[in-house]
Amino acid sequence: MTSVAHAKPDAHGGGGHHAAMSFWQKYIFSTDHKIIGIQFLFVSLFFLLLGGLLAMQIRWQVGFPGKPMPGGGILPESMVSGGVILPEYYIQLVTMHGTFMVFFAIMPLLVGVYANFLIPLKLGAHDMAFPRINMWSFWLALLAGLIMLAGFFVPEGTSRAGWTMYAPLSARPDLSGATVGQMLWCVSIVVLGLSSVMGSVNYITTIINHRAPGMTWFRMPLSVWALFVTAILAVLALPVLQGAAIMLLFDQTIGTHFFDPVAGGQALLWQHLFWFFGHPEVYILILPAMGMVSDIISNGSRKPIFGYHSMVFAIVGIAFLGWIVWGHHMFMSGMNPTLGSTFMVSTLLIAVPSAIKVFNWMGTMWRGNLRLHVPMLNAIAFVSMFTIGGLSGIFMAATPVDIPIHDTYFIVAHLHYVLFGGSLFALFAAIPFWYPKMFGRMMDERLGKIHFWLTFVTYNLVFFPMHMIGMGGQMRRLYDPTIYDFLKPQQPLNEFITISAFALFAVQLIFAFNFLWSLKKGKVAPQNPWEDNGLEWSLPNPAPHGNWAPHTPNVYRGPYEFSAPESGDADFLPQTKKLPTDRDPVPAIPPAGH
Amino acid sequence: MTHATHTADLMRSPVPAEPGAGVYSNKLGMWVFLASDVMFFTALIGSYIILRFGMTDAWAAPGAVLNVPLTGLNTFLLICSSVSMVKAYAAIADGKKYFLRPVPGKTLRDGGLKFWLLVTILCGAAFVGVQVFEYIKLVQHGFTPAGYREGSELAELALADPVKYGAATGAMFGSTFFTMTGFHGFHVTCGVVSMTYLYFRKVLPEKYSPQDYRGIETIGLYWHFVDLVWIILFTIVYLI
Repeated sequence: MTSVAHAKPDAHGGGGHHAAMSFWQKYIFSTDHKIIGIQFLFVSLFFLLLGGLLAMQIRWQVGFPGKPMPGGGILPESMVSGGVILPEYYIQLVTMHGTFMVFFAIMPLLVGVYANFLIPLKLGAHDMAFPRINMWSFWLALLAGLIMLAGFFVPEGTSRAGWTMYAPLSARPDLSGATVGQMLWCVSIVVLGLSSVMGSVNYITTIINHRAPGMTWFRMPLSVWALFVTAILAVLALPVLQGAAIMLLFDQTIGTHFFDPVAGGQALLWQHLFWFFGHPEVYILILPAMGMVSDIISNGSRKPIFGYHSMVFAIVGIAFLGWIVWGHHMFMSGMNPTLGSTFMVSTLLIAVPSAIKVFNWMGTMWRGNLRLHVPMLNAIAFVSMFTIGGLSGIFMAATPVDIPIHDTYFIVAHLHYVLFGGSLFALFAAIPFWYPKMFGRMMDERLGKIHFWLTFVTYNLVFFPMHMIGMGGQMRRLYDPTIYDFLKPQQPLNEFITISAFALFAVQLIFAFNFLWSLKKGKVAPQNPWEDNGLEWSLPNPAPHGNWAPHTPNVYRGPYEFSAPESGDADFLPQTKKLPTDRDPVPAIPPAGH
Repeated sequence: MTHATHTADLMRSPVPAEPGAGVYSNKLGMWVFLASDVMFFTALIGSYIILRFGMTDAWAAPGAVLNVPLTGLNTFLLICSSVSMVKAYAAIADGKKYFLRPVPGKTLRDGGLKFWLLVTILCGAAFVGVQVFEYIKLVQHGFTPAGYREGSELAELALADPVKYGAATGAMFGSTFFTMTGFHGFHVTCGVVSMTYLYFRKVLPEKYSPQDYRGIETIGLYWHFVDLVWIILFTIVYLI
């Protein structure tokens, strides 16, 4: 009996012996993967809003340099002077916008929320393999976010070295002018890395060991495949960033000189370490989006996903290639140019698996019985915007083209086409799609469509012109473009982008309202609102703690059997539905008591 | 509690599932974590290699600055702790939950899990203790993370013999040495704390059995990994 305490999935699996959990146990210190996913959702949406607010301040300064910012009066003297953003604050804004959006908004939204929420539900597991480590993963992520946020409240302000923290600027407080804020960045990243590794260990173990009988590897939904590969990337990439952040922290605190060339260190070493992490990170930020979009496009097209196996191999291929391309961020850094050519070739190769995915999505939609619900609209927007972002990526991968556009707004445009146009549109698809599973209610369809169209238009108005001003030579992180004569003719375009950006931000308030309003007032969701095949829809909305426990569902087929002849009147065939011709799968471990 | 009759299955999976990795989740999770830890040490060791061999000036002869015999002894201690870890694992796999038990016809008594895990904990703790002692001595001598401290004994020696003491590269030697060995020491400390926790929570109350000793096997994997990292570090920092 003594060893029973180990058996987490059984030990607290449903079964009703947990009726008397307090609010704190149930919603705050929960080990339930679904609650942890929802906790991540609220926290990272908050950081998304924060990152957006920082972006608005950046846009005000670039669009209207030297003019007092509306509401700028509430900021302290160290940040604004007469309402005008100071250069010291401006560089903090760009640093923290990047940091919060990458590490505390998009990454936890994709991985923290959906890996936690979807993996056990889509695989028929009772919970994660290590529920308590999972809880810690959330609390450490929140702690990391708060440490990062604290940077704004220390005397010299937060880090000023850009989100990539290039050394020696980041390593030497006498150069950057920020001491504590810089250290807080490093500490926060180390804590976040720990949280990510804990989460990813959980995801990988759960996917390998906790699949329901019949859920073979090639019956897994592409979202789970993508999250699996993402977790492998995270487990191997984050520790490298942690190691680098620790070295940077030591440079700032205990007097080491890793990144200080004056004492024999190497500034380029930081860039190599950062981008060795940073490029897999790029795929951490897009692969889960691709996976979830695949699920949603197949559902919205009422057709099996086109080329399921090639989709899986493309995910794995992108992830593998992601490890050998980091140097393309460093063409202009002084790295050996021959090495640059190698990185150029490996980077261009990534276009192949990416194109396979794009064509497969189009092949899925081709002659499908399209249902243009909100998740589907956003998923289609993902495909088109990701394509633009991917194509502009090829420009930068080619060294001759990269030389003039390096560190210009062209890069900013590219990055936002894949990160906003890609990842965030995928999230605008995923959030309403799995909202009923999380909260038992639907998000409002009409508000969702208004939000989608306005976002799609204003988003392109903001980011497409950035390609042009980048080609015109405007540097990113530039405090005031009007100080250069050659940039002055572009200033009306900058003003246009800024006004569009304010509109884009305002439109997101529709989403926020829809999200919060639907929690209480949304239409009560039917059990399977999207008529999907996934395992998660065989449970009530929201699903109980322990999911199917003490039982496990049997899986009879893959997740994309839409419009199959044997499904009868319905045009979908759930993975758990047993047809007369189906045989029960044989689990590796027999159920207890047999 | 139907699964109570299936304690043997706990070494695999408590619920029916597809064939997975063929090992229970704690062990698989530890393997994945160790893969992650490999990358962490790769970042530190890789930086060390790049910084040291990218230098045009001479690097200090390790023996001139570091106390190699003392650390050699410490290395032996850590290897011994890996052996005792294996003995602890073998003991519980054979069902030997006890501390020591006399064996008829032999003078040496037979060690069980309680004995061998305690030996491992003590060896690990001793390793950390020796390392702390070594750090204190090095700093007193003038070797710090920032390099050779101005005015210290070591700084003067380096002035006299800049090649042997790597006068121009002392800052990088200090940076890499303390970061790498420090984080290894941190890993050993984490292992000692975890094993001590298991010792009081699981081993002394005899909660492990030949049917379920997952905690011992899992922490054992971690311990051997930490030992392996040290052998690499000792070689490239103290010997080369």
